[in-house]
This record gives sequence, structure tokens and C-alpha cells, in this order.
Amino acid sequence: MAAEDLPSEFDVVILGTGLAESVVAAACSRVGQRVLHLDRRSYYAANWASFTFNGLLSWIQQHQVKEVQDWSGLLEEGEELIYLSNSDPASIRNLQVFCYTSEEDEEEEAVSPGPSETTEEEAVKETSETESADSKDEEGNHQVRRNFNTPAAHHLPAINTHFMSVQSQAVHTQGEEPEADQPCPSAAPSQSQPTRKKISYAQLVKEGRRFNIDLVSKLMYSRGSLVDLLIKSNVSRYAEFKNVTRILTYRHGNVEQVPCSRADVFASRQLSVVEKRKLMRFLTSCVEEMEEHQAYSGRPYLEFLRNQQLGDNLQHFLLHSIAMVTEDTPTEEGLASTRHFLRCLGRYGNTPFLFPVYGLGEIPQCFCRMCAVFGGIYCLRHSLLCLLLDMSSNRYTSSQCGVSCEDVTCSDPIGRSPCCLCLYRFVSRAVLITDSSVLPSDSEQQVSVVTVPPIAAGCPAVRMVELSPSTMTCVPGTHLVHLTCQSVGSAYEDLSPVVTRMFHTPESPDRGSRPSVLWCLYFNMADGWGVEPEGHDLPSNVFLCSGPDAALGHDHAVRQAESIFQKILPEEDFCPPAPNPEDIIYDGDNSSSSTAGGLEEPEEERQEEPEEEHQEEKQLLEEASPPAEE
Amino acid sequence: MHGRVKIKTTAQQEEEKRKEREKKLKIYVAARDACFSKRSEGVWDDEALQLTQQLLSSNPDFATLWNYRREILMHLETVKDEDEVQKIYEAELLFLESCLKVNPKSYGSWHHRGWVSARLPRPDWARELSLCDRCLSLDDRNFHCWDYRRMVVKISGVPVDQELAFTDRLIGSNFSNYSSWHYRSTLLPLLHPESPEPPSPCREPPQTSPPPSPQTHSHRVCEEQLLKEYELVQNAFFTDPNDQSAWFYYRWLLGRAEREEMISCVYVSRDEERVAVAFSRPVNAQSVGLLLVLDGQPQRVEWRSVHPRFKHSPVWICDLPPGTINDISNEHNLTVHWTEKHTHRDCALYTGRTESWCRDSATDQELFRSELSVEKTSVLQSELQSVNQLQELEPLNKWCLLTIILLMRALDPLGYEKETLAHFQTLKEVDAMRSAYYSDLCSKFMIENTILKMEYAEVRVFSISDKNLTTLCHLDQLLLVTHINLSSNQLQQLPPQFAMLQCLEVLEADNNSIENLEGVYHLPKLEEVLLKNNKISTLADLQPLASCPKLKRLDLRGNPVAQTPNVESELAELLPSVTDLLL
Repeated sequence: MAAEDLPSEFDVVILGTGLAESVVAAACSRVGQRVLHLDRRSYYAANWASFTFNGLLSWIQQHQVKEVQDWSGLLEEGEELIYLSNSDPASIRNLQVFCYTSEEDEEEEAVSPGPSETTEEEAVKETSETESADSKDEEGNHQVRRNFNTPAAHHLPAINTHFMSVQSQAVHTQGEEPEADQPCPSAAPSQSQPTRKKISYAQLVKEGRRFNIDLVSKLMYSRGSLVDLLIKSNVSRYAEFKNVTRILTYRHGNVEQVPCSRADVFASRQLSVVEKRKLMRFLTSCVEEMEEHQAYSGRPYLEFLRNQQLGDNLQHFLLHSIAMVTEDTPTEEGLASTRHFLRCLGRYGNTPFLFPVYGLGEIPQCFCRMCAVFGGIYCLRHSLLCLLLDMSSNRYTSSQCGVSCEDVTCSDPIGRSPCCLCLYRFVSRAVLITDSSVLPSDSEQQVSVVTVPPIAAGCPAVRMVELSPSTMTCVPGTHLVHLTCQSVGSAYEDLSPVVTRMFHTPESPDRGSRPSVLWCLYFNMADGWGVEPEGHDLPSNVFLCSGPDAALGHDHAVRQAESIFQKILPEEDFCPPAPNPEDIIYDGDNSSSSTAGGLEEPEEERQEEPEEEHQEEKQLLEEASPPAEE
Repeated sequence: MHGRVKIKTTAQQEEEKRKEREKKLKIYVAARDACFSKRSEGVWDDEALQLTQQLLSSNPDFATLWNYRREILMHLETVKDEDEVQKIYEAELLFLESCLKVNPKSYGSWHHRGWVSARLPRPDWARELSLCDRCLSLDDRNFHCWDYRRMVVKISGVPVDQELAFTDRLIGSNFSNYSSWHYRSTLLPLLHPESPEPPSPCREPPQTSPPPSPQTHSHRVCEEQLLKEYELVQNAFFTDPNDQSAWFYYRWLLGRAEREEMISCVYVSRDEERVAVAFSRPVNAQSVGLLLVLDGQPQRVEWRSVHPRFKHSPVWICDLPPGTINDISNEHNLTVHWTEKHTHRDCALYTGRTESWCRDSATDQELFRSELSVEKTSVLQSELQSVNQLQELEPLNKWCLLTIILLMRALDPLGYEKETLAHFQTLKEVDAMRSAYYSDLCSKFMIENTILKMEYAEVRVFSISDKNLTTLCHLDQLLLVTHINLSSNQLQQLPPQFAMLQCLEVLEADNNSIENLEGVYHLPKLEEVLLKNNKISTLADLQPLASCPKLKRLDLRGNPVAQTPNVESELAELLPSVTDLLL
């Protein structure tokens, strides 16, 4: 390790700072385990990260490959080396970037001294890449397709050279235009949009620090396992959250609001009063399990809904936006997710969802912080290069450089188990920066989730989250839109038809009043759902976390973290509430009052405390104060 | 386990907290005593302001300290210039905000805030409004805040339409909010008053002109706005038919009429030389300036209510001086003036007649529709239709059933009688806890229907047997009735109000559960009382009958009292006028 004075003995070493890993780290550290938490990346949260705009641009360009060194010379008898894969490209692919806004802000240029030098550089780079991609167009496309058809072939991390080739393809695909006849994007917008003043690319770069762009797009169910965990463990004190304010859906070419809470149903203008009653009655009735429901077990949810005498629009809302399932999902599953949705309603607001201010990347970091508060040690840009295996026990004992420990948890594929990677499904993602909301309203600060049912047979259902500047993820005057679906083809193939329909891009047939896309990114990410954390012939004290999954909630990662924690420490409580700083006893200090807050930031301590004190105080005062006179 | 964070035990924490509490208590008591002694010395200085602030910020419900603080502030007003006063009061408002955070429902803090706001040289009402909005967004039923807000709105003169938009917003975010609905009901008549009526009918119309409109039209809303309100409130009760706030507002929308105060009936009897007057609402005739003029001569008479229990009553009687009207060959003209309300009613007693009356009948007055009354039947019809639609979806919703009943009564009480009874039956089943309430309400409606039928038939016989009556009401409307048949119901008593039936000759009430005859009191014409199969158990229960001078026939068969030893002789003593006694 770099720093000599750091301990070299740990109970748990964790590789990767994704959500599941960070939760395990916090949980272990909280109960007194010595935790070393490493991430070979320069940022926290792995594929769960949030980036500034500029950070995202460099993430796109990041393809560094490290040589795998041969450590076999250090092997002792009865030991074996396991190589750890150390790069992302296996989980990220088909990157495509489009910029539909003008490079520079013409009006602003006239009055201001012009963008800073770095800004110009960035912009120029982007253009040149776009242009050069055009020439390589055919080849690039071909590569993309081949990649997709034979995914398994690229995931034998032991074959280092192959890795390199995959990565080099990623370089090519980045920023390319799939259609040769498409107009040059940088030129198009300024001509077609003379009236509306658009935010220029230069401005996006200049204000790039105010963006927090998530790689995954998820929301927190307000009664989901993540929220429960945040509350139970007191980790919630490290973050702030905003309510998702609207549930929208795309139906008959229009974006409509889905009335789901009582207040929404009351205020809805699109439902007749009879429909309102039917919807409310259905929602109330399905909260409890009834015999009628069991009769539909195994039959499609849609069939069940049809037989409830609900109109077409109510069926659409219930199926796509509330249950968020597909037409052939069985009734019991549909009902279960409807119930989950309803249970989450009203806890914090009129929708079931919360979103962390500054983006989802905050969440893993909050857990890391909790881990650090209880003594966990963090190193970014570091990883274990290989594991040393004790052949007799099939247990990992130490890594190179003498970091020895009891258990290892990691997120990245491990060399010996290529088969797990064959199970990877992919998630198609798009990130758009747009100039307005898909459904403008009085308030500019809406946070909306939009469900887009399959636009044609065989197409995936798309989930869209539109974030306003109030979430501190984008700059005023823009909205940040995340699209997610299960991959059928590449992200571009899956999502661009939806983007073209719902937004204005140069490819859209007409403008209409839809929001314009200023900039967008498409990529595919491996779906963590397919990866089983066990049974891959791993050493018994090595545990594997999967990356982010495609689901809307965080249940998968939290469940995985809990199960790993229980395997490591079967006797221990998982993330018990962190104590108040004043109640912690420090070595050689029993009075404790003088050092209260030594671990925690003093302002948080102050926030936590007063409420309790006041209550007691008031009780006291009531006893002490004389009867009021007036 | 090594490395684990050590946490104090509960006992340690408790001990620490106890010490902390003791320390705080000591400081608190010391500050309080200092305040009191300063106040008794009449010291109004900054230090006292500081001390009270300290105490109040931890206990904002200490009224004495708020008073002291006000004394100090009023003193400072006299010694400082306006800018300084403004600054002091602004600081006071800031301090109050911190108090409200401690207890958002503190009487003392809100009251003091109102006091400060009113004295502030340059008040910032917009800020106060936004403070209220913030408080209400945290708890939309904080009535302290509602009260304070009303004061702010009144003083700062917020336009009514803005306030209506404010209720829109609150109702939109949560329509289970009586305060908002109620506020709306006070704003609407101001913002959308009903278009001015044709000149209001003269209060003293000549006898030939059409009768004055029975209903006054204050607090009414123009129809265009009404329709919008119906839509709004329907959205609420279709969304959640079990939420009562919307239903109450709906009832307010449907029935906003207030009955005009008037003398509804004057009755004069030659035999008893007695006048009975009925009013549209219970009054105390001794204090409302009632004047009886007979043939142009004001009479000095003693008004008394029909039963000594009533200080207020809709029916009052008086005896004329003996010999004034007993000559059957004379014609007399009576006028009763209600001087307080500048209204009167005339009554002529013609030659050869033993009695006479002048009245507005219940049908003329549309009396029983006043609870729900909208001019346009078509509006009521369409409302009934949509509530019926809801009832199809929610056949067991009590609010829905009750509203249907009320609408049906407003539209056509007799035509819908059968449906009404069926709905009452359902109501009693789905809301068994209130079945007695529904029985009483149903009784009331059945009595109203019977009164209407009686008036259409122009008879003085009131017959309502076998209708499951549990209570009697509208007895003031039965002033002229001579025969009443209440047989085969579930009545338990003849209440004191029953004494309003001043013309009653025959009372049939067989097969009830009557235990109490309190209301059969001083009925001058009563001759026959049939009480077969009731629950009269003691002679004392029959005592009121002794006040009816003409009682001849009494049927007490099937009552426990009939089994009492010596009942016959004792009854003969109690009721000497009775000649025909059935036991």
C-alpha cells in the first residue's frame, strides 16, 4: 500500500464502491470489523456513480487498461493466483454521444469575453470526434453489432489481449453517428431554431459542475428496503431527498399525468367522476388480498384488470404506471407490485418515490461515510491485483503487498468464474439534457417518472425519469432525462425511437411543442440482476456483488448486501442504528461530554439533539411554571 | 469484540440526562423568580425583555410572561422613536417564530403575534401570510394559525378572489379539510352573490297581494358558480365517498335558505276567550314586544308558553279579559304585532263563529323543503342523478344514501316516499350505530309528509298510524288539529311540545310504548284519550291529564297501571271529569 503507516491487517477487504459493497462496508465497520474499502476508479460508487457534465465526458473517454502483471513468481507451495478483472468496459458498451445544440452561445459571445480556454478545447474535441466517427461509420457499426451478438466471448478476463480489443472498440463507437445521411448535429439546431434561445454546448460545459448525471436511473420506494435501511442505520442523516412529484405516462402520443394519490384523483381533469370512483375503489380493494385475486393466479394481470370493469385509460394507468409491469405479467405479480406502489404512497408525498438531492451516486457514498466514521479505511485508485488462495482450505488468505484479511467482497468479475458473465443481460440507457419538461406545468420544479409502454410489438417498455434543477442534478433552464429499458438491441436502437417521438431532435419529423434535446448519451450497462452472487466456484470467503440491476427500486442491492453480511458475520445485527455522538465512549475518557461529536460533524449533532432536549425541558417547565394568569 | 464502538449504557445516559435536567430547572426557576420580582417592582427594561425571552423560548405557554412582555413593549413605545419601535417589534416577530417552532399550537405565541402585528408601525402583511401558509402546509388543521390568518387577511384586506384561490390550493392538496371548505362557504357569497332579486316583497303586504316569499335569500351564490362548486365537490365525494367534509359542504351548497321570521298563525277561540299565536321559530314572547290589538284597542294580556318547561316556544297563548269576545253575535278584528320584527298578522272572528284563524300553511311556505332548496328543479334533478350514479357504485355508502334522501325530499317529498323509506332501511343496516338517529329522521319526514297530505285535503285530522314513528316533531304545525291518530308506532312519550295542539279533542295513541304523558297539558278541548297497550305504569304518570278540563273518555287497557290496586277509585279522584274509563 502507498501509505506505510496504515494497518496491513483487516477483517474485511471490499473492492468497489457500488451500493451493495458500500452497504456491506458500512455494516461491517459498524459492528467493529476492520474494513479496507478499495476502488480502482478515481471516483466513488462505481457504476452507481453520478458525474458532473465534464466528469461524464471524461468517463466516456476513459479506457485505460492496466497490464496484468505476473505475480506467479511469488507463489508459495499450495497457493494459487486468482486474477481480478479491473476494467469497466465489460459492463459498459455501445456508447454513443450526440450533441444537438450549437457549440457556442452566439448571443452571449457578443457581450462576454467568451468561454474559457478549457471550454473551447472540450468543444473542439467533441466536434472532431464526431467528424472522425463519421468516416469510420460503417466499421464501427459492424463492430457494435458483433459485440452484441456474442457477448460471452468478450468476458473471459483472463485473456488480457481480448480485453484490450473490446476496449478499443469502445473508443471507436463513442460519439459516432449511426446514420450516414444525418446532418451534422452541430450545424442543424442553429438553423432550425432561430427563435428560441437554446443553451449552447459551451454553456453546458461551462456550467458542467452543476450537473449530477447518474449512470443508473433508479428511484427510492418510500417504503422500500433502501429507505428502511437508511432510516434504521441513521445513514439518512448524510443525505437529503426530494419527492418525485408526478407520475406520467405516454399514451396515444400524449404525455398524461397518472392520478395515483387521493389528491391526484380528486384534481384530475381527464377522469370522469365515475372513473374516479372506480379507480379509487380498485386501489382500495387491491390493498388486501382477496379470494377473487387468487382465481386469476397465473393468468395475465391485464386480463384481471379487464374484468374489473375499468375503462381503457384506467387499465393503462394501472398496468403500465402503477404496477409497472407488462401485459403478460401474471396477476399475482401485478397485484404485488401494485400493492407495493400503494403502500409507498403518502409516506413522504403524493407519489411513492424519493430521489436523493445531488443524484443517486450520493447513496453509496453515504454508506461509505458511515463506514469511515466507524474506522473503515478508504483508498480510491487502488485495487487488489490478485488474490492468494490457500489451496487446502480453498480460502483466500491475503493479497499481494501483504494485505491480509478474513473476507473479501467485490463487485468485479473474478477471473476464475467466466460463466457468471455469460448470464449478463444488458440494460439500455439514455441520458438527455433537454430544454423543457415533457409536460409543462405551473411549477418548473417537477420531478417526474414517465412510463412509456412498448411503442411496437417486440419493443421494450421504457422507463423515463425527468429531473428538474431542484434536484441539483442539472442547471436552471434544463431538465435531465434518464431513459432505461431492458436491452433488446443496442441502447440507441432501443431508446432512440422513444426519444424521437417524445422530444425534438433533428431526426424528429416535426417540432410540435416537445422539448428539444440539447445533448444525449446512449450506452448499455450490464444488468446486475442476472448475476448470482454465489456458486461460481469462488473461494469460500470471497463474495461477489453484482452491479446495478434494471429494476426501479434498490431492493436487489440491499438484499444482496444483507445476505453477504450475514455470511461474513452470521451472529451480528445488520446496520443497527448509529449511536448519538454524545453517547460514544472514547478510550481514556469517561466523562465524554467534552469530546462529544468527535467522530461526527458538530452541526449534525446539533440538529439531532435539540428536539429531545426540548421535550424534556418542556415537561419540566410545565411542572415548574406557575399557573398562567391572564 | 475489539474495535467496536463503546456506547454508554442506558443507566449512564439516564443519570446524565437527570443531572442536565436538574441544572436546567435551577436556571429556569432562577430566571422566573427574577422576572416576577422585576415585574412587581415595575421595572420595564431591556434586561427584563431578555429574561422573559429566555424563559418563553423554552416554554412559550407562560401567559404571565407574555403579559409582562407586552407591558415592557408598550412602555418602550412611549420612550423610543418610530424606527426604533419598528426594529423592536420586528425582532419580536422573529423571536415569536422560534417560539412557534417549539409549539406550533401555543395560544400565547399566536396571541402575542397578533398583538405585535397590530402595533407594528409598518407591518409586512405579505410576510405574515406566507408564514401562515408555511404553518398550514405543515399542519393544515392548525386552528390557531387559521385564526391568525383570518386576522391578517382582514386587516391587510386581501382580495376575496385571492383567498378563494387559497382554499382551492388547500383543498387540492387535501380535501379532507373542514376549515378550507368552510372558509370557501364564507367567501363565495361575497365573490359571487346571487344576482339581485326583484325588489324584495313588502313586509306588510295588503291581504290581496301574493304571500311574501317564505325564504330570505342572503348567503346565496349565483347559479353559474354554484354549478362549478357542485362539480368540485362531486369530484371529492366520488374520489372518497367516506370523507364527510365534502358531504357537509355539499349540503351547505344545496340548502342555503333561511326562513323568514314571521307570525305564521293566529288562532282565536270564542269559548275559551283565548288567543294562540304561532311563530316561524321559537321565541320568548315576553321579551320580543308582542302586542295584541282587539278591535283597534291594544289589550293588556299575559302571554304564556304552552308548557311551563319552555322559555322559548313557537306557540304562545293568552287569555282575553273575560267578556270581551264571548257574545257570538259580535264580530271582532284581532291583530297581533311583532314589534321587534315589524311584522304582524290579522285575524277576523265573524258573527256566529266560535273560532277563527289566519295562517300560512306548510304547503304555502314550502316549509319542509327549506333544508335543501334550490330554485331550479332541473339542477336538483341532475344532482340527484349523479348521486344516484355514485350509489350504484357504492350501494352501502351512508353519506350517499342520506344525500339522496335529502335531494328527494327537496324535489318531491310525497312522490319519493317509497324510495325514501327503502333508503332509510338500508341506512339503518349499514350504519347500525346511528339507527336511532335514522329512525328519528325518518319519523320527522313521515310527519312532514302527513302534514302535507292533511293540508292538501284541508282537514284538521292528523293520522299517522303504523309508520314506526320514534319521535314527534313539527307539533307547532298541528295547532289547529282536532283529531290525532298515532296508533301502532314506537313512541315512548308525548313530549311537552305536545301541548301545542291547542285544538285537540281526540287523541288516539294505542299500541305504542308510551310511558310519559307530560305533553297532554292544559289542552282545553281534549275529550277523549285512547292509550290502549302502552307502558304507563303509575298514577303519577297520568297526573298531566288532570289539567285537561273536558276529558271524558280514557282507555288505559293493557297498561301496567291498570293492574294497580284501587286504581279505579284513585283515578276517579284524580280525573273527576272522566265518565268513561276503560281499564
